[in-house]
Amino acid sequence: MGFLLECPNCGKRDVYEFRFGGEAHKRPRVNSSSEEWMKYVYMRENVAGVQQEWWFHRLGCHKWFLAIRDTRDNSVSI
Amino acid sequence: MRALFRKEKMWQRHKLKPRYDVVVIGAGVHGLSIAYYLAKNHNITNVAVLDKVYLGGGNSGRNTAIIRANYMTVEGVHFYSESLKLYEELSKELNFNLLFSQIGHLSLAHTDSAVNGLWRRAEVNKALGVNSRVIWPDEIKRLVPALDTSDRPRYPVKAALYHAPGGVIRHDAVVWGYARGVERHGGEVHPRTEVITIDVKDHQVTGVRTDKGEVIRADCVVNATSGWCTTVSKMVGVDLPVVTHPLQACVTEPLKPFLDKVVVSANLHVYVYQTDRGELVMGSEIDPYSSYSQGSTLETLESIVAHALELFPGLRHVRVLRQWGGLCDMTPDYSPILGEVDGLKGFVLDVGWGTYGFKAGPVSGKRIAELIATKRTPDVIRPFRLSRFREDRLVSEKGAAAVSH
Ligand SMILES: Cc1cc2nc3c(=O)[nH]c(=O)nc-3n(C[C@H](O)[C@H](O)[C@H](O)COP(=O)(O)OP(=O)(O)OC[C@H]3O[C@@H](n4cnc5c(N)ncnc54)[C@H](O)[C@@H]3O)c2cc1C
Ligand SMILES: [Zn+2]
Repeated sequence: MGFLLECPNCGKRDVYEFRFGGEAHKRPRVNSSSEEWMKYVYMRENVAGVQQEWWFHRLGCHKWFLAIRDTRDNSVSI
Repeated sequence: MRALFRKEKMWQRHKLKPRYDVVVIGAGVHGLSIAYYLAKNHNITNVAVLDKVYLGGGNSGRNTAIIRANYMTVEGVHFYSESLKLYEELSKELNFNLLFSQIGHLSLAHTDSAVNGLWRRAEVNKALGVNSRVIWPDEIKRLVPALDTSDRPRYPVKAALYHAPGGVIRHDAVVWGYARGVERHGGEVHPRTEVITIDVKDHQVTGVRTDKGEVIRADCVVNATSGWCTTVSKMVGVDLPVVTHPLQACVTEPLKPFLDKVVVSANLHVYVYQTDRGELVMGSEIDPYSSYSQGSTLETLESIVAHALELFPGLRHVRVLRQWGGLCDMTPDYSPILGEVDGLKGFVLDVGWGTYGFKAGPVSGKRIAELIATKRTPDVIRPFRLSRFREDRLVSEKGAAAVSH
């Protein structure tokens, strides 16, 4: 289902103007264990619910920003 | 008349028992085939397959039913060709006409690098005994006269991988045939029964709880829930490298028969074939963002249709009848995740089926059943273990599975 996203620079735009950057998660420190790096690289929360995620305004101002979306119905709260 | 067609119920309504040997979560082709082969090959019949909606209500009832074995890696080709062989015998095995039509499958290339990819696949395929070869526009045109092989399009067709045994099947019939087979062998299918908790004691699975409050004991629980597999794995704290993306497809009004090959173009992100009823089935890649919403979008429809018209300009006036979506459990390497999990006994994964898992229903059902019965992981599924991500031994099928599901 399509939806609108709000770019901090350009305002509300169709989701197809953006590139999805995946769920936001914290990068491990350089000297973290390989287990932590494995989790960072591959494992995902993939929540059926509200998540914070990265978006890139591909067909607009080229800003990367964070948005909060409910993955069950694609409603965006920020 | 009625008596002629409806002699039997394919499955019964059961009350849940307090204990099963195996509980399978998810009644798609994977969950049902596991239960079928557990009973048929290993005489394990105290098995329940639970689904939160109706049988085949997930991707098994929403896919475009393309079956083929021309993958890219040695592991993948072994695995999918075993499944293709099982599908060839499945109508007989289940005594149910699955309308499997091996009409042949063409993967088109429109760039030099795509042609190289096809060469590589053809060589791997041939070495492993899979009928697959690279063909050129003159032969492509003979096989698919309606295809535009001229240099008019922006990306003219340069070559194709021709896989003669590939084809399409009636996906609903596969689900129903396996479900009937499960029940005939003494297993049970339980639609409208959602699992909300999995009980674990001392690193051993002990049972599940349902949305209606039933508590069921079982020492073996299988996660066969495709797009929802992360939500089920979370019940036992197992991380998965899975992101759920919608995948959409559409179907047109019926036309006279003119196309008897499956035509896929990875470069144009589209595939097209004609059903026995004359409709064109068309599909694409996954939606560009993750979601648990099965709704469809105009953007995807426009993209599918525009690219299909590049291939078949003659279809300009054909009308689309329906469009729909399913939820795909995408993995980083476009290969599934099969088998047990380190540190937790009795929890078995049959997930990571992404956009390509319908064709694998028979082989993974058979081999997961073997794993449960013998407690040994069969060689053909070993490469797909969850721990491959820790071991850095991915099985990359992206080049052979991203658009041609
Ligand atoms: C549009 C589209 C086209 C496709 N085309 C092809 C193709 O041409 N060829 C191909 O090989 N593959 C294709 N696929 C992929 C294929 O459909 C899937 O990989 C395959 O059907 C997965 O089967 P499954 O049995 O694992 O899952 P599903 O059939 O999705 O079944 C999983 C079931 O789990 C149930 N469930 C989830 N959570 C719970 C819970 N907590 N409790 C109880 N039940 C639960 C769901 O209701 C669902 O019925 C396509 C997919 C889509 C969406
Ligand atoms: Zn912007």
